[in-house]
Amino acid sequence: MKKYVLLSTFILIMPICLVSQDLEAILEEESSDTTLVVASTFNGTRLLNGHSVETRKTGVLEFLISHRFGRVNSGFDQLFGLDESNIRFGFEYAFNDNVTLALGRSSFEKTFDGYVKYRLLYQRTGVKPFPLSITLFGSATEKTIKDYLPENKPTFSERLSYTGQVLIASKINQNLSLQVMPTFVHFNTVPESNDPHDMVALGLGTRIKISKRVSINAEYYYNLNPFESIDVKNSIAFGVDIETGGHIFQIILGNSVSMIEKGFIAETTGSFFKGDIHFGFNISRAFQIKKTK
Amino acid sequence: MKKIHLIVFALLFYHGINAQDKFLTKEGYVSFFSHSLVEDIKADNNQVLSVIDTVTGKIAIQMLMRSFMFKKALMQEHFNENYVESYKYPKATFSGEIINFSDLNEENDETEIIGTLTVHGEEKEIRTKVNVEIREDGIRLKGDFNVDVADFKIKIPSIVANNIAKTIKVTFELDHKPYK
Repeated sequence: MKKYVLLSTFILIMPICLVSQDLEAILEEESSDTTLVVASTFNGTRLLNGHSVETRKTGVLEFLISHRFGRVNSGFDQLFGLDESNIRFGFEYAFNDNVTLALGRSSFEKTFDGYVKYRLLYQRTGVKPFPLSITLFGSATEKTIKDYLPENKPTFSERLSYTGQVLIASKINQNLSLQVMPTFVHFNTVPESNDPHDMVALGLGTRIKISKRVSINAEYYYNLNPFESIDVKNSIAFGVDIETGGHIFQIILGNSVSMIEKGFIAETTGSFFKGDIHFGFNISRAFQIKKTK
Repeated sequence: MKKIHLIVFALLFYHGINAQDKFLTKEGYVSFFSHSLVEDIKADNNQVLSVIDTVTGKIAIQMLMRSFMFKKALMQEHFNENYVESYKYPKATFSGEIINFSDLNEENDETEIIGTLTVHGEEKEIRTKVNVEIREDGIRLKGDFNVDVADFKIKIPSIVANNIAKTIKVTFELDHKPYK
């Protein structure tokens, strides 16, 4: 008998407890299963010279104009490097959120480049968190400058070189992002016979936001087995990133003149701390070609 | 003894009915629209959570700012990063009451909804007309209202001031189903 009274009381009270359950509490409970992708690890698809893990979303065409001037220590006669200008034009198209294909042309050594970027993994927070963003990058470049004697004309394949990268990044917090870039570079043709055709490098990069739209970026590539016939330096660059709507401006100080991976990772000769610094900038403009929905 | 059984069952039944006094949706629709001479901007959110207590007429709504979908992907990114600061204020919420809920017509009726809208960490009292459709298997709320961007301390840089309206039209359609 007592048992039933107890049970009845319990059942009678239960709905009252339910009624008093806060509506907000129900919403909290119902929304507790969300996992969110961490967005905007970097402002743009470029850290400075090299790539960031970011890819554009489906249907975005990005147009990039990049400049690297001559060395700032070349004196007044060269207007501190500004007389000498190297330009790269690039078009990148995002076929979907994860795959971008691109073509570019650099005035430096009249080089064409094409690459594919594949966003492999996204950093996530929530119920199923994951700490890293990973993007795969592969490029081929063709050097078309006629810097050879007529009898030594290289074949098409001799003018090619390749780069493969695994870009691994983490947005530590809203203001700090870090990236490491294990890199492999292959040259079909090398300057001297004792130079390596295959090179391994490790890149490190960071973005430090100083306001909502401005950040300071740094990028360094350590080349593990550089060319032996030329005095190669590791590529180092510092820059300021300014984002305004569909544009991104990057102002760069670095020791590399080339704006493509095989160039700045393997063929940089400037010594940053001796003043062999190239002033430069990247300007990117994104166009939504295909609507997202 | 049998009587007690009966009482227990009756109580259980009563509980069963009582659990029906809450209606929930996890796929509610909220959109906002900004009209300016330069461009029209629209964003849709189809993952809005809303719950109604039919006994009191109280309603609570919440949505992730990140779930607003724009036509331009970059616009969506900037909306979250630079305008509503979703990393700091991930959710927009509304907590309020449907006026005279218990007196509403079964099929289709209009009343008012009042409550507090919180966006970007800023609270604002909202009072707006709402169309209520009560069915056996659900409650649908429909309506729209205007809000001023400035009320929510969302900073718009002067360079894009002409692209974004000062007043934003918010439209909602929430189709609730019985909760549990």
